[in-house]
Amino acid sequence: MYYVELMLNGLLVGSLYSIVALGFVLIYKASEVINFAQGEFVMFAGYVIAFWILSLDFNIVVAAFLALVVMVLVGLLVEWAVLRHLIGRPVVAVIMATIGLASFLQGTAQLLFGVETRTVPLPIDDYPIFIGDLLLNRIELVAAVFAGLGFAAVGWFFVKSRYGIALRAIADDQQVSLAMGINVKTFFGIAWAIAGVVALVGGVFWGNASGVDTQLALIGLKVFPVVILGGLDSIIGALVAGLIIGLVESLAAGFLDPLVGGGTKDLTPYVLMILVLMFKPYGLFGEKIIERV
Amino acid sequence: MINRETGTFKRTYAEDLAIFRTPLPKIAIGVIALVVFVIVPWLGGSYWLGGLNLIGIASLGALGLNILVGYTGQISVGHAAFMSVGAYTAAVILREFPGTHWLFAMLGGGCAAALVGMFFGIPSLRIKGLYLAVSTLAAQLIIEWVINHWSWLSGGAQGSIYIQPPTFPWIENGELVVRKMDANLHYYYLIYTVLAVGIVFALNLFRSHLGRAFIAVRDRDIAAEIIGINIFRTKLVAFGIASFYAGITGVLYTYFYSIANFESFTLLVSIQFLAMCIIGGLGSILGSILGAIFITMLPIVLDFILRGVGGAVFGWDDAAASAIMPQWNLIMFGGLIMFFLVVEPDGLAKMWRNFTDYFRVWPFPYV
Repeated sequence: MYYVELMLNGLLVGSLYSIVALGFVLIYKASEVINFAQGEFVMFAGYVIAFWILSLDFNIVVAAFLALVVMVLVGLLVEWAVLRHLIGRPVVAVIMATIGLASFLQGTAQLLFGVETRTVPLPIDDYPIFIGDLLLNRIELVAAVFAGLGFAAVGWFFVKSRYGIALRAIADDQQVSLAMGINVKTFFGIAWAIAGVVALVGGVFWGNASGVDTQLALIGLKVFPVVILGGLDSIIGALVAGLIIGLVESLAAGFLDPLVGGGTKDLTPYVLMILVLMFKPYGLFGEKIIERV
Repeated sequence: MINRETGTFKRTYAEDLAIFRTPLPKIAIGVIALVVFVIVPWLGGSYWLGGLNLIGIASLGALGLNILVGYTGQISVGHAAFMSVGAYTAAVILREFPGTHWLFAMLGGGCAAALVGMFFGIPSLRIKGLYLAVSTLAAQLIIEWVINHWSWLSGGAQGSIYIQPPTFPWIENGELVVRKMDANLHYYYLIYTVLAVGIVFALNLFRSHLGRAFIAVRDRDIAAEIIGINIFRTKLVAFGIASFYAGITGVLYTYFYSIANFESFTLLVSIQFLAMCIIGGLGSILGSILGAIFITMLPIVLDFILRGVGGAVFGWDDAAASAIMPQWNLIMFGGLIMFFLVVEPDGLAKMWRNFTDYFRVWPFPYV
């Protein structure tokens, strides 16, 4: 029974990893930018919503809406001020720019909202649900539902909506998209804005579960095993791999920790990632276009 | 006598192969050596030498990373982890075999770092660019984890190993004695001698077959393979050399602080070294040093500005200024990386080149 619980909790946490990874994949799909600042996006969103609720005493729905507006603006601003100028530059430059952005966002968030840790309050009972002998965290369940909704919305967006189809076209071939009359720069902006919104979902639930401070940004590092395992450009991959990584972490904590004395939870995802990179670099669902020399 | 080049008028092969085509660089090197090894230690007080020591160590690390990132085009987010491999190897050697000379421990640290670096460079055979960044990120996190969790290796929960300071021979009252390095001045000579060796090695490396192969791999790997360069071996050697530099850097940190501590080698430090390369100029030896100076000085200058300007304009006292210092440090650090990437991608080295080019032909607008 303990192991079933372990697995279920792993899956629930994994769904939160997936939603953070989703923002990452969105940006990669649209602009081939690997975003080292995704964790900082989540952290910034957490700070913003905590500020609206705690300092200004707004209702959660109003606060979420306002935070949504802020995150859209942040996404657009980042794209307009920095990333737009780096189109066509070496990968090193783009990666470094997002690393710089990460540091910039950390400093700005602390300067604007203060350094102390705060918790995003949610109107959800923290009394757990019992299913038979299973003990489930209510907030994690709600978070998983929201993560699922997020994936459904983004999936619909990419498959059905005009904008999503344009984004897929850009991801496939920028020059042809330009020739077909798609304004590539505008759509890069849209992709970053959506990534900001997705980060908000992560920020709310992670901010509730582990509190909002700069430590929250470390979630951005957990995203790499997820996206590498799932495939950098695959939305379904982000979902499946997020669940797998959550499961692996949880099981490692349950099985390996007693054997080696703790801390394997933080290690196993990266070991798994190195293995994936060595044997299946495009991941489970990624497009197999890696150039080998 | 101090003439400049006016054209190519070489009449012998020896002239064509000459490293210094005009006497000016020779004189410049002599002057720089005089300033670095005589005048600065003579005039500089202990505080300044301490700062210069940190800059010197950082320059060596940045130089190593620049060989990998700037010259070979392989990104590494795990440079600090390779430093920690060097640092802990040297510290463990000195702990387990107390009689070992510090120089051997240092070389041992460098070699261990090179081996680990090459191991994590193996994925570069199959993956490039962003995938490599992610894989070296994993290297950083795994090595950090190992140091934090294997206490039999890294000395207890704090992950720190104290070491004895290095020694050097010294003549006192007419007889040869062995002294411990205990002043910033002693470390200054150690660090800047190692740095000088590192710079000369790097300069010569890029005049050799191997160094040219690095550049070829960076510029167009497929073309490099077609002209007969073994890409995998070249990349691995680049990882090895860069990690060797990193290892020596880590050892120097350990000697300087008399302690090997994991907090000197976190992911943030890796990022700082990347920033040194970006801001200084990718693919430039001068740039590595300028970048190291810039990033090391940034917190000091920022502190000065926050206290000075903040005090004069906003009336902050010292406590208020230091309270917001870490945040402004992060903002300036990240902001400057983005600024340089967008505005001057070739960094400070390019700015310096523009400056000297202007005076080279002065007073003419161009030649």
